[in-house]
Amino acid sequence: MTAADVRQPQGPASTPTPPIRRRGPSPMRRRENAAAYILITPFVVVFALFIVVPLVFSGYLSLFRDQLVGGTTFVAFDNYTRALTDSSFLTGVGRMAVFLVVQVPIMLGLALAFALLLDAGVLYLQRFIRLGIFIPYAVPSVIAALMWGYLYGPDFGPAAQIAKNLGISAPPFLSQHWMLGSIMNIVSWEFIGYNMIILYAALRSIPSELFDAAAVDGAGRVRTAWSIKIPAIRPAIILTAIFSVIGSFQLFNEPNLLRTIAPNVIGIDYTPNMYAYNLAFINRDSNYAAAIAFILGIVIMVASYSVQLSTQRKERAGR
Amino acid sequence: MTTHSAADGSVLTDSLLDRTPPRQRTRKGRAYSADKPRRSKVLTVVMFAVLLYFLIPLWWLLVASTKSNANLFSTFGLWFSSTNSLWVNIQTVFTSDNGVYLLWLRNSLVYSVVSAVGSAFLATMAGYAFAKYRFPGGNAIFSGILGAIMIPMTALTIPTYLLFANAGLTNTPWAVILPSLASPFGVYLMRVYAADSVDETLIEAARVDGAGELRIFFRVALRLLTPGMVTVLLFALVSTWNNYFLPLIMLNSPELYPLTVGLAQWQATAAGGSGSRALFSSVITGSFLSIIPLVIAFLFLQRYWQSGLASGAVKG
Repeated sequence: MTAADVRQPQGPASTPTPPIRRRGPSPMRRRENAAAYILITPFVVVFALFIVVPLVFSGYLSLFRDQLVGGTTFVAFDNYTRALTDSSFLTGVGRMAVFLVVQVPIMLGLALAFALLLDAGVLYLQRFIRLGIFIPYAVPSVIAALMWGYLYGPDFGPAAQIAKNLGISAPPFLSQHWMLGSIMNIVSWEFIGYNMIILYAALRSIPSELFDAAAVDGAGRVRTAWSIKIPAIRPAIILTAIFSVIGSFQLFNEPNLLRTIAPNVIGIDYTPNMYAYNLAFINRDSNYAAAIAFILGIVIMVASYSVQLSTQRKERAGR
Repeated sequence: MTTHSAADGSVLTDSLLDRTPPRQRTRKGRAYSADKPRRSKVLTVVMFAVLLYFLIPLWWLLVASTKSNANLFSTFGLWFSSTNSLWVNIQTVFTSDNGVYLLWLRNSLVYSVVSAVGSAFLATMAGYAFAKYRFPGGNAIFSGILGAIMIPMTALTIPTYLLFANAGLTNTPWAVILPSLASPFGVYLMRVYAADSVDETLIEAARVDGAGELRIFFRVALRLLTPGMVTVLLFALVSTWNNYFLPLIMLNSPELYPLTVGLAQWQATAAGGSGSRALFSSVITGSFLSIIPLVIAFLFLQRYWQSGLASGAVKG
């Protein structure tokens, strides 16, 4: 039998020998394709129904306007231009940008520092420390916000109690001026441990050859951390940064919970997500809410893109 | 964008999901023998101070849940009062509003277990198929799935609500469970995991034995994929248990609420001071009780979250 014979298309019934894989749609190949489609179908159906369809529907909605007089009309990009001049939305996005620029570096910096300390093996009771820092992650953000709300509170918050006994006044955690910082603190409390564990796991899997080379060079512990460990876990750092960017812009739970105890400080437009929620469910303006959510999505994509680009540029510059 | 993050992410997940760590072992050997780290008392003390920051709020929650409403205001927050009201508080939590707390607990359990098992299983099947078969359209579909990781929840939740409202699905358990079944990040993780953990020769051997493709998946591959699947399941469990936005939007009836939405509602009532029973102690004790299951689960399942925390699917 020549190679040409094998390559000739044959009907499934007339194939006496097992066909060679990866060469045209053989029966075997067809069986494999069928199996692959069967295996991905359940997920793809769920994905299409609950991610693709809502996204497309949202885009469609954002191009219309629903008015008491005149009903639903096509307005093209009017909702988008409205959003870009809406001070509620713009202030919210600006507030989240401040949140991002201040909170994310602090959170990731601390997480990285703790991960490096744990990895260096210079602490007693390491396991206990690691677990203790991570445990807040098991607390739902709603409960965390609720709990910190009480801790901040002027009535029975410990800070207020201590300050009262000392005859001084406690910082007004829930005031206009302090609120954003107070929320940053809650989010950091929740996620420092989580990011620390990601970075710690990445540090644990750095191949040992890298360290041997550094040891030969006589590099110190801090030097090793700075010029070997941190560059080696760059992908993990980028991943935590991107997830933090996505999470920051979507901030909702913490401010929404704190609103119950500080309604004068946190308005319905405190974050873009709260604004979209209130537009859709209080104002019943889902068309405009859809446009807001879309723009927010674009802002998030641009922000996470720039995180990636800036780190890539830094790496090139370092070479 | 997706290709970039995929490239970056796969390096990470490769290293994190790698469960056969000869490199680690050699490194440990090196770290603790040749170059024995000097443990530092000073740094340990510093880290214990840091630890206080993370644990004091939880300590406060424990202490506060042993206090009556009056003692919350009149005694120091970080230490117990002379009377222990924990038991009374627990009884109040479970009997308020005709025992609705117990329903919330059950709902949280049902929503998170069903969503987690469902999404982990769907992700495992799809991840395995993407890793082990080259089929027409496969790469295009996978890129689409990766792209979806970046989509903010809000952009989806509001339109999903409107669609579900038309289908009469809002205010039913399905409204919370169905959207939680689609976990693009889970598929991505399982693809990485399947590529590493299911040996090609094993699949070939099963084929030679005449096993069908699906039979190979269920009888051979699934067993090897279980550790990865458990990791995905665990994180899906946490994210549904902690979810607030989706159930808040989808559900109207208090008896369908999960713990997060229910407790937030109690808190709003207590803070508003309007209702006849403005009971902070119920909110606090209810919160304390609600975090116990997850904290215990985390302590006992360390093995899984430590190796798989790259998922990050949980945040937000």
